[in-house]
Amino acid sequence: MTTNSLTTSQGAGRAGDKVFSGAAMAAGCLILAVLFGVALFLVVQAIPALAAPPADIQGGHGFFAYIAPIVVGTLIAAVIALVIATPVAIGVALFISHYAPRRLASGLGYVVDLLAAIPSVVYGAWGAAFLAKEISPAYDWLANNLGWIPIFQGPASATGKTILTAGIVLSVMVLPIITSLSREIFLQTPKLHEEAALALGATRWEMIRMAVLPFGRPGIVSAIMLGLGRALGETMAVALVLSSGVLTASLIQSGNQTIAAEIALNFPEASGLKVNTLIAAGLVLFVITLGVNMIARWIITKHKEFSGAN
Amino acid sequence: MSKRIDVKDLNVYYGSFLAVEDVNINIEAKSVTAFIGPSGCGKSTFLRTLNRMHEVLPGARVEGEVLLDGDNLYDAGVDPVTVRTQVGMVFQRPNPFPTMSIRDNVLAGVKLNNKKISKGEADALVEKSLVGANLWNEVKDRLDKPGSGLSGGQQQRLCIARAIAVEPQVILMDEPCSALDPISTLAVEDLINELKDQYTVVIVTHNMQQAARVSDKTAFFNIAGTGKPGKLIEFADTTTIFNNPSQKATEDYVSGRFG
Repeated sequence: MTTNSLTTSQGAGRAGDKVFSGAAMAAGCLILAVLFGVALFLVVQAIPALAAPPADIQGGHGFFAYIAPIVVGTLIAAVIALVIATPVAIGVALFISHYAPRRLASGLGYVVDLLAAIPSVVYGAWGAAFLAKEISPAYDWLANNLGWIPIFQGPASATGKTILTAGIVLSVMVLPIITSLSREIFLQTPKLHEEAALALGATRWEMIRMAVLPFGRPGIVSAIMLGLGRALGETMAVALVLSSGVLTASLIQSGNQTIAAEIALNFPEASGLKVNTLIAAGLVLFVITLGVNMIARWIITKHKEFSGAN
Repeated sequence: MSKRIDVKDLNVYYGSFLAVEDVNINIEAKSVTAFIGPSGCGKSTFLRTLNRMHEVLPGARVEGEVLLDGDNLYDAGVDPVTVRTQVGMVFQRPNPFPTMSIRDNVLAGVKLNNKKISKGEADALVEKSLVGANLWNEVKDRLDKPGSGLSGGQQQRLCIARAIAVEPQVILMDEPCSALDPISTLAVEDLINELKDQYTVVIVTHNMQQAARVSDKTAFFNIAGTGKPGKLIEFADTTTIFNNPSQKATEDYVSGRFG
């Protein structure tokens, strides 16, 4: 009778494999379970608010009338943050990757990363106590000179605690995210393409336009999306900086509110249906951020096919 | 539309490391000159000093003179960008811009130097350059497709088209066929033969048969040992280098005894 010698295996080696794959799988499943649990909690707790008679919801006109202005406020704050942060971040990233001397570049990169290490409550305190006060003369100027544009309509807030100030604080907070991701992308530009541009007689800026930016464009977009995710969900800074109120077109009056700040400010004293309403607001924020992250992922995977030097 | 190159006492450095020492060479206009030699002997490094691409690397610098029809490339006040519009370059690996169409690749350099170009002129230039690079018939129906979709040999000819579209005086080629199959290599070699009617061509190659096939003159570079600078050993007509070299090292190399 013949036995297949290949069937006898080394038991000890297999055990390590099994333990590791089991642990890795458990970790993966745990993440999914937590995410699912949170989503389930949000949906279940939100249903009473969604199903309640409109008159019972804060404001008296139903959940969607309640949530719509603060969704818009959230988007306004996030868009202000991105409009300010994106050009600065791309400029800083290009400076670090292509202009600065090597020693300065690494130091500067480190400083920018450090911006991400500051707790958001500190940004909030800085925005409320310092920036708002310093910037209110600028708001007066805007109201007096550009007041005919709806977003700069006066009278400007005397305290400076407006959605524009909140957006500026948010822009400082998303700056390190966009900068460090863009910098990594720019550094990966194939030398071949940079040299191709230079050998054609391109100046450094022309080389960046021909080789670096086209190569990095999908990466820049996903960096902006990740920054957007941060700006949408940021709570503390907005809660401290913004003197909230009803939805207003003017960015330099007090007013407007974001979802995250609305939840943080009202949750401690809420009870009954009000809790459900706030959780439903959280669900809306969750869906928005999930959508933004999925778009970012989708762009990153699209980027993969031409990341090589083809 | 071609200029001669005269190099006088050129030393090439990476930081404090002397990579190529004391090169003197006179390259005729409208000729093909080949640089051969073992790996690491500095022939590519030297080639890159002829259009100031060497200094793109941090710490890289040169001493000495490179005269393009008598004008020193390294004079104070000379902009490397101007030099590179006069002295074009084709690289070892084909490097068309991946996000640009074939047409835009050909026009890439022209749009830098001469921003205003009518569509008609651009079309004519694209056709002329692609015909000049022996690529027109293969791509004329898909000029709007990305350049990265072509085969390696076609991509390399596209890069040559891109280089000649700016009408340089000199074309430098850094091992242009080393990433190509034999048939594409043949296509590029044929093209080099045609290019010398209009341009001064300098080509670095590892392939001695290629040097013998395409060049009028050949320069042999060698290195005494690791960490020593590369030197120009011998520069003569290609037939002389391959059949009757004056230096022992050259004879050993071309007869396949080392390298």
